[in-house]
Amino acid sequence: MEFLRPATWDEALAAKAEYPTALPISGGTDVMVEMNFDVHRPSAILDLNRIGDLATWSIDGDTVRLGAAVPYSRIIDELSGPLPGLALAAHTVGSPQIRNRGSVGGNLGAASPAGDSHPALLAAGRDVFVEAASVRGTRLIPIDDFYTGVKRNSLEADELIRAVHIPVADGPQQFSKIGTRNAMVIAVCAFGFALHPKSRTVGTGIGSAAPTPRRAVEAEEYLRGVLAERGLWESGDLLGTEVIQRFGELVRDAASPIDDVRGTADYRKHALAVMARRTLTWTWNDYSKQIRSAA
Amino acid sequence: MRVTFTANGKPVEADDVWEGESLLYVLRERVGLPGSKNACEQGECGSCTVYLDGVPVCSCLVAAGQVQDREVRTVEGLAEESGDLGLVQQAFVDAGAVQCGFCTPGLLVQTDALLATDPQPSDTDIREALSGNLCRCTGYEKIMDAVRLASARTCAKAVSE
Repeated sequence: MEFLRPATWDEALAAKAEYPTALPISGGTDVMVEMNFDVHRPSAILDLNRIGDLATWSIDGDTVRLGAAVPYSRIIDELSGPLPGLALAAHTVGSPQIRNRGSVGGNLGAASPAGDSHPALLAAGRDVFVEAASVRGTRLIPIDDFYTGVKRNSLEADELIRAVHIPVADGPQQFSKIGTRNAMVIAVCAFGFALHPKSRTVGTGIGSAAPTPRRAVEAEEYLRGVLAERGLWESGDLLGTEVIQRFGELVRDAASPIDDVRGTADYRKHALAVMARRTLTWTWNDYSKQIRSAA
Repeated sequence: MRVTFTANGKPVEADDVWEGESLLYVLRERVGLPGSKNACEQGECGSCTVYLDGVPVCSCLVAAGQVQDREVRTVEGLAEESGDLGLVQQAFVDAGAVQCGFCTPGLLVQTDALLATDPQPSDTDIREALSGNLCRCTGYEKIMDAVRLASARTCAKAVSE
């Protein structure tokens, strides 16, 4: 096994081109578990810790460019304003020690359906892009095209994840996750939800309840229609139980979970409907308050 | 491969390190610092918690090669230079927060990190900070007592200084 330690991004891309099967490591919270248990022995490990840029973020207009290796603890401390949904999701990751090392880039690279970032990224809208790069160039992969299968993503063998581009929140966002305790839990299932008042759209993200993280497209369309038809974006009036109920059902129907050690498919579907109703209610109450205080 | 880094302020060097080896293994087996404990090897238990460049992490999840030229501080580094126990260590002894002792090194480092940023944490803050450290003996009550005691002593020390 090789241990590759590029000092710059260009060196990292060159190394990944030369060793396409090299496993990138940053926080190590997934990679080292595999190494310690000898689950997977890659031809090479590509350490990204020396590339300081990867652990920085910036805001350009209404988009956050989040470096792939910014640890969850810093997302919570520094980005809960512009990225409230992702910050809430980050807070549910592992433990303080894990959050000091783990990052969204790692979550995307591993592409586990249970990764906590994914529902928040999907809910943040369709203008979320994964910045992937290789010696051949850089491309922005829309989040909706990124997840291709269980622990599979659309990266080419010579590509590395450099950053994620996420719109700055323009409305309330929420994240909800089911597990046996608050800390150190792999999600039984999870749900991210966001209101996007500027574009008059809503965003959803389902975690741990399908082969990949996925959006509840019909639920989004249904709610978008109701909010527009009834002028609710302007009034901030109550949604009514029927709408909330229906939204929950559509989110539930968008999932295709399995029975496994963490929970049954039926339980996951039930829980998703509950989480969808709750997160919708929480965010809508926040939005209504904003409308009323502005009036 | 060879890995050189700073451990508790002293330069150390480890030879014949396997590329997939963890920092924890290097500390315990190669550089004579067995204070950090090896339990779950998957970041669940926190027994191997050390500072890496001042940030508490699970050393079982850091690849040894990643610490090249960096600073590691282990539970051994929490003691005073005289060899006396450090403030957090003494508080755990005084509160009787140690039973089998296997989780203690990780709890000590994590508590030290908590009090460095928040010298007067609430009980909720303590529980959150220690949520990645498992103890199967104590039921955590004595550990809570120890952190509260360490907090009180840290604050008293800050006042007297």
